[in-house]
Amino acid sequence: MMLGRIIGNVVCTMKNASLDGKKLLLVQPIDRHGRDKGRPFVAVDSVGAGAGETIYWCRGREASFPFLPNDVPTEATIVGIVDTINIPGG
Amino acid sequence: MLIGRIIGDVVATQKAASHEGRKVLVVQPLNLDGSDRGEVVLALDAVGAGIGERVLIVTEGFGAMTAVGRTNAPIDMAVVGIIDSVDLISGVK
Amino acid sequence: MILARIVGTVVATRKDPRLEGKKLLVVKPISPEGADEPGYLVAVDTVDAGFRETVLIVSGSSARMASECKDRPVDAAIVGIVDTVKLDAQHEAELAAARKK
Repeated sequence: MMLGRIIGNVVCTMKNASLDGKKLLLVQPIDRHGRDKGRPFVAVDSVGAGAGETIYWCRGREASFPFLPNDVPTEATIVGIVDTINIPGG
Repeated sequence: MLIGRIIGDVVATQKAASHEGRKVLVVQPLNLDGSDRGEVVLALDAVGAGIGERVLIVTEGFGAMTAVGRTNAPIDMAVVGIIDSVDLISGVK
Repeated sequence: MILARIVGTVVATRKDPRLEGKKLLVVKPISPEGADEPGYLVAVDTVDAGFRETVLIVSGSSARMASECKDRPVDAAIVGIVDTVKLDAQHEAELAAARKK
């Protein structure tokens, strides 16, 4: 899993039926200091995350597992909202 | 699998149910020379590892889920071993 | 998943039979602001997307989870036509500030 921050959302009226009802959020990956790192991408939300929140996300085929038994075509899913990151010594 | 060092952990109240009861560790992947290899990752703990320890991380879903004992869960990385030592042929970096 | 723009089509007469009847489109990744990014992908269309439209692409083995891609040799699928991309106000302000520098 990796750290990220929600920077926006994406709306698609016309979409694959298996994505119906799913919230699509724009995620900016961040480093351990909370700084932007790499390119933003779109992820499906599974935990009720919102704008500005620090989250962690799961990549790959496993990303579709929170939605089982439904098959959801996503390779990036937000699976946790981060309260705090504890890194002793930064 | 990769070698990494645990540098911290993450507290998340709201998360996938399958992540409950497992520590979410902040792991810095390492090169063979011990230098940082890319950005930190989050891995679920499967062995009771702690901050500062050098560990083995599995970076693929099936292995990670098996290690944590939770199938069909959104888990793509897990700490599966605490490394005692790594022996390399001399000159390998 | 990534945002992309449709820039072309691929026609292949001889292909895996499980790809028959599938529209193959050439897409270029774009940033949330709409700027072109390097590289390209060939993706299977599942939503009747057309030229120049902004779309949502799922890649890797997850692409096969899309309803029309089950058990097909697919690693990238177009799963949505994007109506709007809305950036968080704070993030937008940061971007504007960065552009001024």
